[in-house]
Amino acid sequence: MATQVDDARIIEFDVRTDEMLVNMGPQHPSTHGVLRLVLRTDGEIVSEVEPHLGYLHRCAEKIGENLTPRQWIPYTDRMDYLAGMNMNLGWSLCVEKLIDHQLSEKAKHLRVIIAEMGRIASHLVGMGAYGLDLGTFSPFLYAFREREKILDLFEEACGARLTYSYLTPGGATADLPNGWLQKCEAFLDQFEPIIPEYHALLTTNAIFVKRTAGIGVMSGEMAVDFGCTGPVLRGSGVDYDLRRDGEERYTEMYDGYAFEVISQKDGHYPKDHDYPAVPAEAVLGDCWHRFYVRMLEVVQAIDLVRQAIDRYSTASGDWGVPIKLAHKLPKGEVYLETESPRGQMGFYLVSDGNAIPWRVRARSSCFCNLSVTSDLCRGCLIADVPAIVGSLDVVMGEIDR
Amino acid sequence: MSGQNLVERLSQRFGEKITGSNLEAIDPWIEVSAAGIAEVCEYLRDDADLQLNLLNCISGVDYFIADPKKAAKAGWEPHTEVVYHLSSTFNKHTLVLKVILPRWKGDVEGKLPEVQSVAGVWSTANWHEREVFDLSGVRFTGHPNLRRILCPEDWVGYPLRKDYEMPLEYHGIRGR
Amino acid sequence: MAEFFQQIWDSFFQTSSESPGAIAYLVAAVIHCVLIIHVVAVGALIFIWMERKISGRIQDRLGPTRVGGAFGWLQTLADGIKLIAKEDITPKDADAMLFKAAPYVGFAASYCAYIALPFSDGWVAQHMNTAVFFILAVLGIEVFSPILAGYASGSKWSLFGAMREAAQVVSYEVPLGMCVVVPCMICGTLNLVTIGNMQAGSFTNWLAFNDPFTFIVACVYFTCATASVNRAPFDLAEAESELVAGFHTEYSGLRWSFFFMAEYGSMFLVSGLAAILFFGGWHGPIPIAEPIAGVLSLVVEPLLNFGRYVVGFVVGDLGQVTEGVVATQIANLMGCLNFLVKGTIGVTVMMWVRWTLPRLRIDQVMTTCLKYCVPIAAFGFLGALVWQVNDLPTSNDMPVIGKNRFEVRESWVYQAEKELRTTSGDQKSSPDDQQPPFDPHQATGSTELVPQGAFVMKGGAR
Repeated sequence: MATQVDDARIIEFDVRTDEMLVNMGPQHPSTHGVLRLVLRTDGEIVSEVEPHLGYLHRCAEKIGENLTPRQWIPYTDRMDYLAGMNMNLGWSLCVEKLIDHQLSEKAKHLRVIIAEMGRIASHLVGMGAYGLDLGTFSPFLYAFREREKILDLFEEACGARLTYSYLTPGGATADLPNGWLQKCEAFLDQFEPIIPEYHALLTTNAIFVKRTAGIGVMSGEMAVDFGCTGPVLRGSGVDYDLRRDGEERYTEMYDGYAFEVISQKDGHYPKDHDYPAVPAEAVLGDCWHRFYVRMLEVVQAIDLVRQAIDRYSTASGDWGVPIKLAHKLPKGEVYLETESPRGQMGFYLVSDGNAIPWRVRARSSCFCNLSVTSDLCRGCLIADVPAIVGSLDVVMGEIDR
Repeated sequence: MSGQNLVERLSQRFGEKITGSNLEAIDPWIEVSAAGIAEVCEYLRDDADLQLNLLNCISGVDYFIADPKKAAKAGWEPHTEVVYHLSSTFNKHTLVLKVILPRWKGDVEGKLPEVQSVAGVWSTANWHEREVFDLSGVRFTGHPNLRRILCPEDWVGYPLRKDYEMPLEYHGIRGR
Repeated sequence: MAEFFQQIWDSFFQTSSESPGAIAYLVAAVIHCVLIIHVVAVGALIFIWMERKISGRIQDRLGPTRVGGAFGWLQTLADGIKLIAKEDITPKDADAMLFKAAPYVGFAASYCAYIALPFSDGWVAQHMNTAVFFILAVLGIEVFSPILAGYASGSKWSLFGAMREAAQVVSYEVPLGMCVVVPCMICGTLNLVTIGNMQAGSFTNWLAFNDPFTFIVACVYFTCATASVNRAPFDLAEAESELVAGFHTEYSGLRWSFFFMAEYGSMFLVSGLAAILFFGGWHGPIPIAEPIAGVLSLVVEPLLNFGRYVVGFVVGDLGQVTEGVVATQIANLMGCLNFLVKGTIGVTVMMWVRWTLPRLRIDQVMTTCLKYCVPIAAFGFLGALVWQVNDLPTSNDMPVIGKNRFEVRESWVYQAEKELRTTSGDQKSSPDDQQPPFDPHQATGSTELVPQGAFVMKGGAR
């Protein structure tokens, strides 16, 4: 029971009898892995939250200094292990930027298909786990049921279900197998009508709205100040998505796609006409909006995959042959961010001219998203802590690296 | 605004605090002195043309080769860099800043080099600077809570420094 | 039942007693206890299996499929064996005695309440005139178990769970009590057997459909009952995403399973109470039990008589089965099944809700109780009261419901009045003489005489 707190400020408060220090995590059902939050509570009211990280620190950056970029791909899988494909993509693009490798049209569309499918899978987990955080179990399994089908598709494409290592610098390890596109389309056709089910169970559920609307409100300025990105940033009404606003090397993948950034503009979300309206209690930037942005991004990802499938099947070129395992890197340093499901995943690569990078650095989106927890949770109830942390949708593997 | 213009503008305003630039690199960067980084960053964030309101990343890079023969060929003196990647959600542009520090303060081994903290400019910097402190061993002056973040509090050494050696033993756990 | 054993005792030792002796009472008590513990324990076994199956089906899975055949019937038993085999851990910081006692307190409370719960007309361990009061009181004790567990565990999460439980359950007792009072008021008794029998006939006689207010009250009752037994969406005391496991965080093995048995026991208890108070108790929606029982008894009675005749060769003449007893008991058995089905439906609804809804926050739980349930229950109570006083039309065709309600007395009131009459000798001034109290047995068609008082019914604790 004794809490070991190294923060001098907290020990000072520990002598006060009316407040309690509670350890939420690292083994706790709703901390999404091994996050440890030290809560200072006055009864049910949380007066301070102090996140402690590092329980899943696996020295990925140090390992990166000893491996070639292609060898490091599996380590990126294990960062955001719920969106391994998007991690692969980020690192691949970063390496390609350094060696100035141009991809064929076909390879680009393949990457869009894979990345957006990864986004759907990741958001499904985020959605289901958020339901779990709020105490409803069934949506989690409904989400996993659909995610399994995506994983089946991924397994068919690359042989792995979680740690794919599929997209590599230069392209992908293999082309999509025959019939994969048809299966993917069949999945999308089957999946799209299911989405209202999720909305009925969560988005519009009265208890869900009560638990999330107006909780953990974060203004757009605050989100930017804390470096929050992805759905967390867009949930606060900031119109910023790297798929449109990012670097040329990344946005050219999405050139010509019908695509709209999912964030509230003039009180409306793009494409929200098909989906439940924003409840009156919801405040822009609260947990409900962050959740809703993810739900709409799933719909949009479906749309993007459909477009990408059309383009991929008619595109010219090859699927992209991976670079050599020990490809000699030119001297220089590059930084590239991609829009991964949880936010902007950045990779910084410094090369001294060898095949092995001098320094690699992974800029984790969840790392920044999580840093806002202390500020959001101040003065909330204990039950709101999982609601807020869950709405940030963090994956500890990415935070601790 | 082209890179050259920006460098000139910053040099005009901050004088010696802008110590250099490399506009030919893939990601062009501007070098700022350790004492001026907070001031420069605040300007970059608030300037109406730049509005670099998003701090993407702070990275520490250690330049050091233990082998003197190889070190001679490296083409640089041992040093530590702190790299700031900024972008703007309004103008959608990015900028890279660098602060070049000695590996040890006053070349006394064990004394960490110091750089101004930008935690007051972007709240993101709070955790990023803690991480750089933790892994690369750079002290950020004026940081509100400079503690290790990924490694345990009682960890010895700065793992991403090139001369780092994994401890043989940590609380009874074999290290190597 | 004590009388029955006294009879056996008498015939065995060739004695004769006026009233049952202590040993007869003891034997009867033991048999009652054993029967009820099976209702609770086996009930928990079945309900846990059911919950797994139901949640599985709700979530597009199969649930248990292996242990004990295709449906995983024995899954809970296997789990139970596993739990028994698990290490019984008491944390170092725990208050060992209280920590160990807490699960038993909960189980005992949940179990004790069954003593007053009738399973059919007269099938009750202890026939009480104040059964409703007794059950509510004993259920109120159950809250001590999580509080003790939370306090004694020496864990902060447990303490949070305990505090939540205390706040929540104590608050929900208020609307729960208000709702329970309504059927008591309509029937004019706290006796659950009587309340159940007053809903004989078709389902329109059920008190939930008595008038619009009772229906509202029935809904509020079920909500509050869900909350008072800590089921989702009110399961704050063990909210796994917030408090790890709440008050039972530190428990393992058998002690932990006692909490579960208590939980499932009280789930069935409150559902059963809902069935008796609002949904006709052991009376089916269509009154077919008695005719069917009558027909069945035509077959069963001769068989029993033949059996007695055969056994009589060995132990001496046993005589014939009393006329009508077989039909009554068969009807009771069918009533019991009716009641179990109704209680199970209530439990199933609780499960359905649990696997569908997210959990409320503590302040929202309290708001639901104090701002919604209490006023609605009070409004329902008032409405039902006005309805009764003005004798507004009800769907109930039982003569006892409505105007005649005022003639309904608790037996002790009736007894006291009778004594008063005999002592004063002034019989003509008694209102009961002009208008004798309603005898519910005439309404239910029972021929058995009422022994004493208006509402000590047939069956009882015999």
